[in-house]
Amino acid sequence: MKSKVRDVGDVRVLDLEGKITIGAGDIELRQNIEDSVAAGRKNILLNLKGVSHIDSSGIGEMVGCFTTVARKGGRMKLLNLTQKINDILQVTQLITVFDVYDNEAEALSSFKS
Amino acid sequence: MQLLSAYENIELAERMLAELCGSASIDEETTYWVGMALREALSNAIKHGNKLNPEKRVQVHMKLHPEGELKIAVEDEGDGFDPTRLGDPTSPDNLLRSNGRGIFYMRQFMDGVSFFAGERGGTRVELVKRLRTRREG
Repeated sequence: MKSKVRDVGDVRVLDLEGKITIGAGDIELRQNIEDSVAAGRKNILLNLKGVSHIDSSGIGEMVGCFTTVARKGGRMKLLNLTQKINDILQVTQLITVFDVYDNEAEALSSFKS
Repeated sequence: MQLLSAYENIELAERMLAELCGSASIDEETTYWVGMALREALSNAIKHGNKLNPEKRVQVHMKLHPEGELKIAVEDEGDGFDPTRLGDPTSPDNLLRSNGRGIFYMRQFMDGVSFFAGERGGTRVELVKRLRTRREG
């Protein structure tokens, strides 16, 4: 998995690309989130536009990151789900857990509410 | 195919599956989801079965049957496990757990998922997908 970090106002945007899968992308995702929270960036937007695969370990890490950020008083939201990633969140019913956006400006604004 | 217990080998097996599916004109969507199921079976075998022990192997068999089924078998050399003890990862109590979705994934993406005791004491999971080729639409 490749990731690019951007700070837009008080929101940290992680542009992710590739696979979030066991032994590779899952650990990188966790590290990215831990680094963000440690840096005081607790409002996090995961841009999944370039993500081709998320296996159960990747989904598990996303859930773990979501709860970690929430415990620290922050919020983690999702942006630009591909159809396949959306399908995975639907079947796992995690679509009911995450705030999901397909427009970055709207996603960023949502952190102000 | 015999794989060492390393996650990197999941990519290799998935590529071989994609080649097999391509040779049979199986559509990309089906190939993707079957590949995801194979990933989960291999992850379980490497992590939970063989516990990343480099001396233990994972056996993988993939076969296209003329009646229109793709069958995949993945067998580890672990201590076996009881698939009846699995919780439902979509229940409210489990929804925010960070694990326990691998077999659920397999069952979502395949038409059949069965577990057996392996010949070496581990677990063999058999995955079945009923196929439509591109020519059939």
